[in-house]
Amino acid sequence: MTVLAVTDLTMRFGGLTAVNDVSFSAERGDITAVIGPNGAGKTTLFNCITGFYKPTVGSIVVSPEVGKIVQLEKLPGHAIARKGKVARTFQNIRLFGGMTVLENLMVAQHNALQSATGFGVLGILGIGGYRAAERRAVELAKHWLEQTDLLDRADDPAGALPYGAQRRLEIARAMCTEPALLCLDEPAAGLNPRESAGLNELLLKIRGGGCSLLLIEHDMGVVMKISDHIVVLDHGKKIADGTPAAIRTNPAVIAAYLGEGDEDDPDAPVAESAA
Amino acid sequence: MNALLEDLKDAAAAAFFALLVFGPFIGLRLTDNDSGNLGISTRPEGLVLAVIGVFVARLAILAWGRHRPAKLATQMGVQAQKAGKFLAPAVLVFAVLMPLTPGLPNAYIDLGVLIMTYVMLGWGLNIVVGLAGLLDLGYVAFYAVGAYSFALISTTFGLGFWECLPIAGILAAFWGMCLGFPVLRLRGDYLAIVTLAFGEIIRLVITNWVSLTGGPNGLLGMPQPTLFGLKFSMVGGPGTFAGFFGITPAPWQREAFLYYVILLLALLTNWVTMRLRRQPLGRAWEALREDEIACRSLGINVRNTKLTAFAIGAFFGGFAGCFFSARQGFISPDSFTFIESATVLAIVVLGGAGSQFGVVLAACVMIGVPQMLQSLQIYRMLIFGIALVLIMVVRPRGFISTRRPTIALGKAKSIGADLVAQGRG
Repeated sequence: MTVLAVTDLTMRFGGLTAVNDVSFSAERGDITAVIGPNGAGKTTLFNCITGFYKPTVGSIVVSPEVGKIVQLEKLPGHAIARKGKVARTFQNIRLFGGMTVLENLMVAQHNALQSATGFGVLGILGIGGYRAAERRAVELAKHWLEQTDLLDRADDPAGALPYGAQRRLEIARAMCTEPALLCLDEPAAGLNPRESAGLNELLLKIRGGGCSLLLIEHDMGVVMKISDHIVVLDHGKKIADGTPAAIRTNPAVIAAYLGEGDEDDPDAPVAESAA
Repeated sequence: MNALLEDLKDAAAAAFFALLVFGPFIGLRLTDNDSGNLGISTRPEGLVLAVIGVFVARLAILAWGRHRPAKLATQMGVQAQKAGKFLAPAVLVFAVLMPLTPGLPNAYIDLGVLIMTYVMLGWGLNIVVGLAGLLDLGYVAFYAVGAYSFALISTTFGLGFWECLPIAGILAAFWGMCLGFPVLRLRGDYLAIVTLAFGEIIRLVITNWVSLTGGPNGLLGMPQPTLFGLKFSMVGGPGTFAGFFGITPAPWQREAFLYYVILLLALLTNWVTMRLRRQPLGRAWEALREDEIACRSLGINVRNTKLTAFAIGAFFGGFAGCFFSARQGFISPDSFTFIESATVLAIVVLGGAGSQFGVVLAACVMIGVPQMLQSLQIYRMLIFGIALVLIMVVRPRGFISTRRPTIALGKAKSIGADLVAQGRG
């Protein structure tokens, strides 16, 4: 049961080929990790999947629910969250800093709420089902605030939260769009070990709720512990694809991380490049 | 001691530059001597006074900055917030009762109408600039579209003010969308330039399309607003306001009526904006101001959201234009120059972008103060300019720079200006 299938994806910027003929698929209910050295094309791949870039060649098919498929590369950028049910977070956190935590989560539910306002007219007049829709939206927001341990900060501006909390809030905001596939761009970057362990738990909880995950990550502690499936990129090409145990011993991966001829233990140098 | 020395140095430098600048302006004076030739005389005492003035003022500013740091500004913000709670209803009550004051000269009601018009324009532009964070330098275009729509439709089809009002608003909103489409991809400075050009294009079309708009000669003969069909006439008689209520006709009745019309329109603008802010659309505007890319990733249609901001802002601009046209009874392209756009934008920025009450305060300052200072003649604009500079020094993000959350689980806390993005278009 595939939730995401990327086929022959190539992305060129002028003469530079950032992603070169990459194909892989992610299974529904799995945590799939994309790893690779800096400049391997991971974020470009992400931007293609989430509609920020239009791929030069190739197709990206997502299955928001069983038996339904959507061609992502043909959708306009804003329709990907709604029709493809793909949500994402950013490597450099992108929150609405001047809005409160709760407001951030309400904005995430824009499409569901907007349809309840009758083009805004009924909402202005205060008639129709908007109130009930807003109550439901607040309940959903509260649910994710509880999951991310942010409920007591709900009325604080997002820009005033500490770094780790901002990371969690961005995940909560993405989850409020009720996605089938959540794409996380280095969610553990800059977290301390305790926060990182908390993040693992959160991601497993999200997977338990039925949402598939795709994550870029440098922190091997996170990747090896929670991924079901790992895709390795190097210089824009896929060099390996398999279970964490298989990737750990894959000679091509070790070579990519450590240089030719070196021996195993990819953990140490990778952790250094996490910045 | 060191600090004092530094301040003195700084102030001396300021005085030196003042000497350079004021030397020719104040120190020299062009005179007309008897033979009819021009001569130059000096005025050292004025120059010395100016330079000393700059020295002392600079020293005072530095000392003030050292001893009363940023705390004061925050304190003022909190106080303004607290005061806003009581002040806003108080100002509303004052605004409603003002024209009924017995013996009030007509000029004051007239000034009230003028200020109210700018409050309304400010509230309309606040949607675009304050909430959506799109810098619009051509807002006067929609004001012009509203005004000319009313003038043309009423004189051609014989419709009255109230029938034309929604038409003028819709036409302005239509032009708002027309402007919105091409500029959607532009940001910041580029957006500002294109909107500026749009404002000028509308004015130039009006000036040059003589057969339709009368060109520079303008248009005349628009009907006055009526109160449920009752006219305001100096003669009285049946069908007029004075005749219906059996009172003596007086000019203040018409002025006061116009005042209440614009007050009503302005309050409508405010009410719609306040409601929209608490709705998905309004939140999406503010989110757009904060981070457009994040909005897109959440499935918000950025193009449509920007267009609605332009259209709704333009709609209320069209209302204001329609009212302006009806009140004046005469319009020409001279009323829709760039300076109007700049004034309205200044009101929004001075008030604190996004703050509704801030716009009211700023409109009173920007429109009211120059009128009040008329007795000071040539010093009027000097004092006005200094006042504006001082306001922006003390409150760089406008009178009311804090943001109120639109929804809260517990008690809503206002958000400091340092966290709120200003938007880059």
